[in-house]
Amino acid sequence: MKEKKSLLKNPSFQSILTSLICIVLGLLIGYIVLLMINPAGAGDAIKTILLNFLTRSSSAARAKALGNTLAKTAPLLMCALSICFCYKVGLFNIGAPGQYEAGACIGLYAAIAWHTPWFVSLILAAIAGAVVGSISGALKAYRNVNEVISGIMLNWIILYLTNTILGGKKTKDIASPYTMKLGSAGHVKIPSAGLNTLFANNKTVTIAIPLAILFAILIWVILSKTKFGYELRATGFNKEAAKYAGMKEKQNIIVTLAIGGALAGIGAAFLFLTGYQEWSTTQNSVPAMGFNGIAATFLGGLHPIGTIFASFFIQSITDGGALINKSVYPSQISDLISSIIIYLCGFVLFFKFAINNWISKKDKGGPNVNDVPVKDDAAKAEGGEK
Amino acid sequence: MVLLLQYTIIFASVLCLVALGGCFSEHSGVINLGLEGIMVMGALGGAVTMFMLPAGTSKFVIIIATTLAAILLGMLFSCLLAVACINFKADQTLIGTAMNLLATAAATVFVRAMNTSINPDNVSTSIQYIGPKKAFLKYIGGFEFNWFMLMAVVLLVVSYILLYKTRFGLRLMACGENPQAADSVGINVYKMRWAGVLISGFLGGLGGIVYITAGVSEWKFEMGVAGFGFLALAVMIFGQWKPTNIALAALLFGLFRALSNVYTGIPFLAAMNIPSTVYNMLPYIISLIVLAFTSKNSRAPKAEGIPYDKGMR
Repeated sequence: MKEKKSLLKNPSFQSILTSLICIVLGLLIGYIVLLMINPAGAGDAIKTILLNFLTRSSSAARAKALGNTLAKTAPLLMCALSICFCYKVGLFNIGAPGQYEAGACIGLYAAIAWHTPWFVSLILAAIAGAVVGSISGALKAYRNVNEVISGIMLNWIILYLTNTILGGKKTKDIASPYTMKLGSAGHVKIPSAGLNTLFANNKTVTIAIPLAILFAILIWVILSKTKFGYELRATGFNKEAAKYAGMKEKQNIIVTLAIGGALAGIGAAFLFLTGYQEWSTTQNSVPAMGFNGIAATFLGGLHPIGTIFASFFIQSITDGGALINKSVYPSQISDLISSIIIYLCGFVLFFKFAINNWISKKDKGGPNVNDVPVKDDAAKAEGGEK
Repeated sequence: MVLLLQYTIIFASVLCLVALGGCFSEHSGVINLGLEGIMVMGALGGAVTMFMLPAGTSKFVIIIATTLAAILLGMLFSCLLAVACINFKADQTLIGTAMNLLATAAATVFVRAMNTSINPDNVSTSIQYIGPKKAFLKYIGGFEFNWFMLMAVVLLVVSYILLYKTRFGLRLMACGENPQAADSVGINVYKMRWAGVLISGFLGGLGGIVYITAGVSEWKFEMGVAGFGFLALAVMIFGQWKPTNIALAALLFGLFRALSNVYTGIPFLAAMNIPSTVYNMLPYIISLIVLAFTSKNSRAPKAEGIPYDKGMR
C-alpha cells in the first residue's frame, strides 16, 4: 500500500497517468460519436482504430502495416520534437507545419532536380526549416509579433510557395499533380539498411525511424543536461531574469525556433525521401503532420522520450481510422479523437492537482498523519510544469 | 471594379466581425486563438440550416434561421474555451489550437455522416446551398448587396457603444487590464470573462457563415476556414483593439483578400501575369508585414493570457 502511494506521488508516473486519462476520455468521446452515427458497428470501428495493424489477417500483412505506421511515425515524431523543444523554451511553435513544408520543398527539389544523395537533401531540408523558423523567431524577438500568429501566416505562405516551386517542370510531370517519384539509384532515397526485411520487405521502413528516436534522445540530453539547454529553458521561464543573468534572450528565441524549424524540416525529409508518398502540388490545406505533432507533444507529457510513444500512438490511431468501414464511418474520426486529446491535455495541470489533492486528503485521513510534506510536493509539481 | 468593391466589403465584413469577437475576448483578458474553430462551427451551423430548410421557405425566415444557427453554434463552441481557460486555468494557446483542430475534425465528421445518411454513396465533406444563399443577396445595379454587410456595420456600431459607452463594457475592459483591481471593487472577473468569450463566440460564429457564403455556394468542411480566424487576429492587432481602427484594418485586409478572387477581371493586374499563388499568399504576407510594424508598440490589454486566480494578489 505504501509503495503504491509513493508511486502516485512520482511526477513522471503522474504524467503518464494523466496522459492515459486523456487517451481514455478521448477514445470514449470518439466511441460515443461513432455510436451516434451508427450503433451497429461502433464497437468494431473503435477496436479497428485502436488496434490498427493488428487487425490485419496474416502476419506478413501485419508486419507490413506496422512498417507503414512506423514510417509515418518518424516524421510525426520530428514535428512533435520541434514543438516540444520550443514549448520548453516558452514558445508555441504552431509554425511547425510551415517549417515541414519548407523542408519538403527544398529536400524534394534537391533530390529530384539535382539528384543529391539523401543526407545532402536532408541537411538542405533542415536548413530550409530553420530559415522559416528563424523568421518567426526574429519577428518575435525584435518586433514582438506573437509566434502563433506569424507561424500560422507562414504555414499558408510556405504552402503556396512550395506548390509553386515543386510544380515546376524539373520536379513534376505536366499530367500529374504529384511530384516525380524518387529514383532508386544514387543514394537519393534514405537507405533501409536491412530494416525492411523485418517488416515483410516494406521498402518505406528506413533508417529514418531509428534516426528520429536518436533525435529524441539528443533533444532530451540538450534540454536537460547541457548549459545551452539550461539557458534556453531559463529564457522560457522568465525572459527578464534570463536577460538580467547575462543571457542573450533575443538570440535564444531565434535559435530555439531555428532548431525547431530544422527538426520539422528533417521530419519532412524523413517522409518524402523514403518514397512513402509524393508531394501534391494542388493541395490547398496545410499538412496535418505538424498539427498532429501538437497532439503527440502534449500527450507525451512534454518530454522528448514520452513523445516517442505518443507519436506512435497518434499515428497508429490515424492509420487505424483509415481502416474502418468507410461506407458507414468517416475516417476523420481519428482526427476528432486526437483533437479531443489535445483539448483534454489542457486540463493536465488540473488532473495533477486533483491527484495530489486526493493523495494529501487520503494521507490526512489515513494512518500516516506524519506524512506532512505532501503539500509541498503538490506545489512543486504544479510550479514545475509551468 | 464593382466586383472588387463588392468582394472587399464582404471579406472586410467577415474580418471585422471576427476581429471584434477577438477584441471582446481579449479586453476581458482571454486570448482567443480558437476563433478559427469558432468560425468553422458557425459556418457549419449556418450551412446545415440552409441545407435543411425546405425549398419554399421565405427569405426572411432563411436569413433569421441561418444567422441564429451560426451564432448559437459559435457561442456553444466558445464555451469550450471559457470552461477550460477561465474555470480550469488551462493554457490559452493550447486550448485555442485544440479548438481549431477539433472544429475542423468535428465539422468534417458531421457533414460526412449527414451526407452518407441521406445518400449512402455520398462520401463528400461538402454542403451545397446555392438556392437559400440567394435570400441574402440583393442586386443594386451591378453591385451584389449582401444582408450580412449591413449586419456587420450594425454590429460594429453596437460593439463600439457596448465597449466604450456602457457600464458593462468598461467593466469588461477593466478585467483585461487589471483583474485584481476590478475584483476589489466588486466586479465578478470570472463572469465578465465568460461574457467576453461568449460575445467572441457570437461574432466569430456569425463571421464564419458570412465567410463561406462570400463568393461560393458550396463549402468543403475539410478545409476549415483557411486561416481566416488568424487573419482576423492580425486585423485586431493592427486595429489596436479598438473597434473603429479594426473596421479600417478589416477594409485594407479585405481588399487584399478580394484581389485573389477578382484579379483576372482587372485589366492591368491580369496583364502583369502574376501567378495566382501570389494572390493567394498576399493577405498572409501583408499581415506579417503589418504585424512586424505594429506589434512593437501594441496596446494589448495588460492582463490578457493570464488566468485569473482570486488567491493571487
